[in-house]
Amino acid sequence: MSETSPDTYNYKVVRQFAIMTVVWGIVGMTVGVFIAAQLVWPALNFDTAWLSFGRLRPLHTNAVIFAFGGSALFATSYYVVQRTCQVRLFAESLVKFTFWGWQAVIVAAAITLPMGLTSSKEYAELEWPIDILLGLVWVSYAIVFLGTVAKRKTPHIYVGNWFYMAFIITVAVLHIVNSAAVPVTLFKSYSAYAGTVDAMVQWWYGHNAVGFFLTAGFLGMMYYFVPKQAERPIYSYRLSVVHFWALIATYMWAGGHHLHYSSLPDWTQSVGMVMSLILLAPSWGGMINGMMTLSGAWHKLRTDPILRFLVVSLSFYGMSTFEGPMMAIKTVNALSHNTDWTIGHVHSGALGWVAMISIGATYHMIPKLWGKASMYSVKLINTHFWLATIGTVLYVAAMWVNGILQGLMWRAVNQDGTLTYSFVESLEASHLGYLVRVIGGSFFLTGMCIMAYNVWQTVRSDSRAPVLTSSAV
Amino acid sequence: MTSFWSAWISVITIAVIVGCFLLVVRTRKSEVFKDTTTETVGHTFDGISELDNPLPRWWFNMFILSIVFGIVYLFLYPGLGNYKGYLNWTSYNQWEEEMAHADKHYQPVFSRYAQLSVEQISNDEKARQIGQRMFANNCALCHGQGGVGAFGFPNLTDTNWLYGGDGSTIETTITNGRNGAMPPWGAVLGEEGIRNVTSYVLSLSGQEVNPKLAAQGKVTFASTCVACHGADARGIAALGAPDLSDNTWLYGGSFEQVSHTIRQGRSGVMPAHKSLLSQDKIHLIAGYVYGLSR
Repeated sequence: MSETSPDTYNYKVVRQFAIMTVVWGIVGMTVGVFIAAQLVWPALNFDTAWLSFGRLRPLHTNAVIFAFGGSALFATSYYVVQRTCQVRLFAESLVKFTFWGWQAVIVAAAITLPMGLTSSKEYAELEWPIDILLGLVWVSYAIVFLGTVAKRKTPHIYVGNWFYMAFIITVAVLHIVNSAAVPVTLFKSYSAYAGTVDAMVQWWYGHNAVGFFLTAGFLGMMYYFVPKQAERPIYSYRLSVVHFWALIATYMWAGGHHLHYSSLPDWTQSVGMVMSLILLAPSWGGMINGMMTLSGAWHKLRTDPILRFLVVSLSFYGMSTFEGPMMAIKTVNALSHNTDWTIGHVHSGALGWVAMISIGATYHMIPKLWGKASMYSVKLINTHFWLATIGTVLYVAAMWVNGILQGLMWRAVNQDGTLTYSFVESLEASHLGYLVRVIGGSFFLTGMCIMAYNVWQTVRSDSRAPVLTSSAV
Repeated sequence: MTSFWSAWISVITIAVIVGCFLLVVRTRKSEVFKDTTTETVGHTFDGISELDNPLPRWWFNMFILSIVFGIVYLFLYPGLGNYKGYLNWTSYNQWEEEMAHADKHYQPVFSRYAQLSVEQISNDEKARQIGQRMFANNCALCHGQGGVGAFGFPNLTDTNWLYGGDGSTIETTITNGRNGAMPPWGAVLGEEGIRNVTSYVLSLSGQEVNPKLAAQGKVTFASTCVACHGADARGIAALGAPDLSDNTWLYGGSFEQVSHTIRQGRSGVMPAHKSLLSQDKIHLIAGYVYGLSR
């Protein structure tokens, strides 16, 4: 196969997005730890509207999903598509626009959400002018990515790129359909849909944001960085074909499970539940392929903390994609819905899977992007790994305990049929779990700060990180 | 829904499920190796190659099992458009069944106390406890966990009642709700008039005020406020007009708060509970509330 010199790749945009991944990770997680602390010590809202939980919570979710996760996806997809297609990115000016446009969307979100400007759609809170900019950035991203794949020098399209393409195309459709709105003023709009239809469109979007943004996109990442870091071939090409098509076909249907026992028609709820259960095997296909790729390379885990990040992320991926279908079963959902269990489930995916695989991939890329043989300190990567793992376990365990506790307390009835506990009693009982969550979140955030230091020491001009000598990267 | 949409939903739902089935079965049939292999499929991307390992057996079985479960579920339950499902289950039916079950099991508990008067309930330890639990889940949000009230929400533990504190009145209040309306007088009285009336009203509960202003306010009060609050300012329970001579204030008793109330008016709403709770339950809550002030 013909080798293309690394110089011909556009690494500048990858470097930009890689740095912003770390920056936005710290920003988003800081807000997360702060609002988690507000639930333990409510006085922390300082009686200030823009510091209150309701305003900062969407800022936290947008910052970690779209700013941190989004930057990681941009960075890795641009890196992976060039290296696996052996060509430079298509449409140079659009590439620049995707970086600066995306940063502009994030900054606009960070200003408008604390001001209380919101469309009130979860994970789609941004008001219409920002939505339009986001739409333009995303279409540009699609043109760049698909254009690069189209002019590839390899005969086939690598599996990682299938996932990235599914993610990019679907997110464009989701964003445009769900954000359709009638503007009233520059900062206020009303959804184009009404009532139950609006709720269904919102959760069709919401669940596929998880499915395509947080799953398919990051599976694309996994399919490159796991075999690359382990230096092993992908376990099964066949499995990747089956689970890719099954995953994208069934995810589309699963959103109804967010609206169990609501005014959504029964048939929609049933279909949402059935498709969520069928989704288990396709989701696990990715985990199996990643894990089995490591067979023959397990010994590397002893010395390579980057590989540890990748393996633990796959474990959390497997766990949360098992938990999700279980929670989609109506009888389980009757217990778990509206409790902290949901928050625990989301964070086992968000911290355990999305953040850990992004962190692993970033540690893999950073030295290569700056011409170094390795990160400044492998020891610090290891410290980060343990902080992230312990932090995630504390967080998720606390929310499981709280969630099941709340679910059981809410449904407990006395012999006379009256509710045993008032709502506020279940809140009091959750207090310890909220404290453990703050501790877990702080661990995770501390790890990110250590990562920032390590990255800075690797990329600065007078870095003492070992320099890459051979031309093989 | 129309039969077109019903058919459309059924077709695409079944197509996706059957499609998954065919995909996984066909891929399994086309396997080149039945066991773990080191053979690749021949492509390399940036140094990464792909092995041609078969689908793991347990994974294949799990996939098929979930598909079978899905088909059985969609046969039993509503899912395919207008098809009602073999079991004829609906979420509304389930709710009705659970309500019927609850009525059957719990009704005797409540019926036992229906014969007692509200006053008698307040003396019955067990009945009061049931009432307290229902109060905690239905009333405490506004009136506070112990019934001590908050700004705009009456304290139920004192002996001052807006609409009367005997058992049957309390039960009526919970059943049908109340709408308390103090009209705004700002435009009629002007700022000076408000200051005078406020001074007079505060003097009634023994607060220190400017006697000259209070004397002027008394004149206005006699022509304007007596209609609801009565000539002696002791309030009229039939209207829910509060007694102004005690030192209990629903919307605060400072000079600023009382003048605000006179200027802007107030409207208090106690929601009706007859559509939310059965009469027997309301009866027990009334008994608990009655006991709070004693």
